[in-house]
Amino acid sequence: MDRYQGGGVVTEGWELVIGLEVHCELRTETKLFCGCRNLFGDEPNSNVCPVCLGLPGSLPVLNQRAVELAMAIGTALHCDIRPSTFHRKNYFYPDQAKDYQISQYDEPINVDGWLDLPDGFRVRVERAHLEEDTGKTTHAGASGRIHGADYSLVDYNRSGVPLVEIVSAPDMRTAVQARAYATELRAILIASGASDGKMEEGSMRVDANVSVRRSTDATFGTRCEIKNLNSVRSLGRAIDYEAQRQVALLESGGVVEQQTRHWDEGTGRTETLRSKEEAYDYRYFREPDLVPVVPDAEWKAAVADTLGLMPAQRRARLVELLSGGNGAGGNDGDGDGDGELRVDQIATVVDLGLDDLVVGAVAAGVPATLALARTANEAATDAEAARRLDGSSYVALLTLEASGSLSATQAKVVLGDLLLAGGGDPAMLAKEKGFEAMSADSLVETVGQAVAAEPDAWARYCDGEDKLAQVFVGKVMKATRGQANGKAVVAELQRLRG
Amino acid sequence: MTEHPGRITREDVAHVARLARLRLTDDELDLYTGQLGVILDHAADVASLDLDGVAPTAHAMAVTNVLRSDTPRPGLDRDEVLAAAPEVEQHRFRVPRILGEAP
Amino acid sequence: MSEASSVAELATAVRNGTRSASEVLEAHLAEIDESEPSIHAFNLVTGDEARRQAAAVDAVVASGGDPGLLAGVPVALKDNLCTRGIPTTCSSRILEGWLPPYDATVVTRLREAGAVMVGKTNMDEFAMGSSTETSATGPTRNPCDLSRVPGGSSGGSAAAVAAGFAPLALGSDTGGSIRQPAALCGVVGMKPTYGTVSRYGLVAFASSLDQIGPFAGSVADAALCFDVIGGHDEADSTSLNRPSPRLLSVIDDGVEGMTIGVLTEFLDGADPVIAERTRMAAEALASAGARVEEVSVPEVALALSAYYLIAPAEASSNLARYDGVRFGLRVDAEDTVAMNTATRSAGFGAEVKRRIMLGTYALSAGYMDAYYGKALRVRTLIIEGFSRAYQRCDVLLGPTTPTTAFPLGAKVGDPMTMYLSDVCTIPTNLAGHPAISVPFGTDDGGLPVGVQLLAPALAESTLVRVAAVVEAAAPGWTGTRGVGS
Ligand SMILES: [Mg+2]
Ligand SMILES: [Zn+2]
Repeated sequence: MDRYQGGGVVTEGWELVIGLEVHCELRTETKLFCGCRNLFGDEPNSNVCPVCLGLPGSLPVLNQRAVELAMAIGTALHCDIRPSTFHRKNYFYPDQAKDYQISQYDEPINVDGWLDLPDGFRVRVERAHLEEDTGKTTHAGASGRIHGADYSLVDYNRSGVPLVEIVSAPDMRTAVQARAYATELRAILIASGASDGKMEEGSMRVDANVSVRRSTDATFGTRCEIKNLNSVRSLGRAIDYEAQRQVALLESGGVVEQQTRHWDEGTGRTETLRSKEEAYDYRYFREPDLVPVVPDAEWKAAVADTLGLMPAQRRARLVELLSGGNGAGGNDGDGDGDGELRVDQIATVVDLGLDDLVVGAVAAGVPATLALARTANEAATDAEAARRLDGSSYVALLTLEASGSLSATQAKVVLGDLLLAGGGDPAMLAKEKGFEAMSADSLVETVGQAVAAEPDAWARYCDGEDKLAQVFVGKVMKATRGQANGKAVVAELQRLRG
Repeated sequence: MTEHPGRITREDVAHVARLARLRLTDDELDLYTGQLGVILDHAADVASLDLDGVAPTAHAMAVTNVLRSDTPRPGLDRDEVLAAAPEVEQHRFRVPRILGEAP
Repeated sequence: MSEASSVAELATAVRNGTRSASEVLEAHLAEIDESEPSIHAFNLVTGDEARRQAAAVDAVVASGGDPGLLAGVPVALKDNLCTRGIPTTCSSRILEGWLPPYDATVVTRLREAGAVMVGKTNMDEFAMGSSTETSATGPTRNPCDLSRVPGGSSGGSAAAVAAGFAPLALGSDTGGSIRQPAALCGVVGMKPTYGTVSRYGLVAFASSLDQIGPFAGSVADAALCFDVIGGHDEADSTSLNRPSPRLLSVIDDGVEGMTIGVLTEFLDGADPVIAERTRMAAEALASAGARVEEVSVPEVALALSAYYLIAPAEASSNLARYDGVRFGLRVDAEDTVAMNTATRSAGFGAEVKRRIMLGTYALSAGYMDAYYGKALRVRTLIIEGFSRAYQRCDVLLGPTTPTTAFPLGAKVGDPMTMYLSDVCTIPTNLAGHPAISVPFGTDDGGLPVGVQLLAPALAESTLVRVAAVVEAAAPGWTGTRGVGS
């Protein structure tokens, strides 16, 4: 996987400074300030009411669940959860029903947290505040973009959907770190139940503040804000492009203007969105229609109690299992013991929310390396189905494989069926497929034939060249057309060697 | 602490009119500059006070934690909503060309 | 009792079947037909809707049901209260033709109590004004003297009650918009504690100050109306969640043992005849057993300035939504900014534009701290000043207005002079406290004078007890003011 790859190349003598602002849509039933459904894929303007349409006389009432999800995010990001207020951010725009946005300003609910990247690098989180989303505008015209459109159409289904905006400190120095931050944050948002983290669908939107400075400079350079980053990959590419652009500009004697820039995935460039002529003056003031939210210790504790393990803790838990910490793991000789491979497998399993499958299987006696490998390599190919999979049938399947009743190849086929069906009896499925486990007798016989056919290899194996076991395993597999269990073959070889 | 902002100028009025999406004729600019000046002069009694030790009051009644359960409620009938709109297309509110992205 | 009776008696008669709601309504519609053309209290008379509602009330009575505390009582609604399917214009061109898709909470509560809505009353545009002259539909005239203003911004509601078009009307009071026109038209007008009456469906002017309240011919009628419209509403986050008192049940409890403070700052700026009436009211309270003393709250001198920063600031934001996109007026133009600008420039009148710009300025970068920020701190001082006075006094007394009704056109050219007519009512709004204006005789020219009673937050019960004593002592009070015919 390429999750930690990409970019990070900055011209010698320059330092890149990155801060990220992430808007995440909360998974509530209703909008932030009204009882309309938080479902904006519906028919246009079908989930609207006087409040989210900004009709005269309407008033907002705060959604408790949204507040609690914001607190959950704050807890997961080690923030201080504080008494908070709402302000109005005043600006005219047709997708903004009231022509002001209700947002938290100088008293946000979460402040001063942090997020540790998997490599241990700590990024400070300045704040994570609640605010409302806007409606959605579509532009009529050839480009589908705002420029060149003849007119636009507004759908207010998304108007008032709850958002949490998470603002990092400008602590990141490479696109690699920015990507790791976005990836880890996304995993945290999903794990906390606050968001589905779907960047492509806009439920998690990342803006990057990027500046460069000479390595010797003490102060930050002028930053540009990059919008329209709808994948972690775009984020990395955009930051690298923007860093090169700024360095080139400065090296040729130019200056960086503070701008909002738009990432164009097609051209691989950032472009300026608007000239600076109209400076916005948001005239923030306290929203008189809402009252402060003051979470007490009890409420905070109740929210914290609902939080499951965060990705970092879940990765640590798998590392622990693999190191045999609970006695259920240990090296069973299947894997090659490659630490890097394991780290990747663990990251994949946790990112996809499949680690409970691994933990459950290990608790039931399945070797940890097998459980991790099947989950990261096979179950992960259809993570959505795997998350729905009945854990006991997964355990049953891996137990059949571990005991040698099913070969690896057979187990993978049966797993495919389990994922499709959402569960089932793996023994039955195997039987239907005709995957009869080889009897112990016929295994002994076949192994004996393989040994007899390769006397040189056998001699060297007996002298301690363990990896030659694979020669015999291969012959047995070929002879049985994959029906034999590799581990059972190795066990028989070891028995024969004495 | 107690400095009083300068008298509102014609340019100030033109600026706030732009912020508020109002168009003023030259005569209106003059008229409003004068009238707002008088009102703000009256407000000098407030603007010139030293109130550093006084907390602001945004709400007269101190209430906190007014929350609603996350339970869906029926919204408005779409036809009724769109019937009120000046211009509609494809069940959406139609607006003229938008010149720039949202801030 | 004469034929003129209290709202409670009227509703009782309808509930008993002694009078029909339809007959009561027709009498009032006839009054409207007769005098409305010269007064222009209404933007819209909803005769057909009212006839349907009255018939429904009569049907409930006929079937043995209880139509409610205000059964068959005609009510006029200020045109900034949303009424489903019925135009709600705020007397502004920008809302011309808009049919709200929902009812304000108070409208629902009135209907559920059996009240019959006779129309939407004229007002200063978006409630910005003190004379009902900034209305896009033209001014309302004072029924007591057609050459004079009824006050504002709820001038239409005050005039409707004064002219006998309806025994009850609702208004909204942001800086005195109920009490000032009540005083100028010679009726009772009450601004309840902020948060006691739901603002849901009240088109916002200044959200932290706006409060809906009743106009009535008597304190008892106003109290009954408050009992119906008040109480917690989940749709308004600032609505207080507490058991609401039944004012009508305590109204006759008298003032024995109470301390009434005569607010010297209010007396100082008032016309001599109004100051004199206020002193008479104080004497009446003393003879009814209250202790009366003079009290000073010097902070109220800052209220007008603070108000004219806070209210426009909130208004500038509240009125941003009139942008020509979703409802109301649109003036077309080639791009959205130009369309917004053309729509707002054509749709808003001069006073509204003035206040939007004032508020925008008060909030804008560089001026926020000096203006809006300072005003919020002054608000704290005013609350502290009142709370000092309320440590000694149960209720404060003063004039409602510095002058009686002024001639139409007298102040329209001079905004600051117009703003000064709210000098006695504004401090209460900043504090969030309740206050009531009670008619107390007339000036030498026969124009009504109102005296104002102020009470601490949530002390409406005390307020109406005192108001009832003042009312009974008022020159010319017969105890039968209110419902005509
Ligand atoms: Mg934001
Ligand atoms: Zn809604």
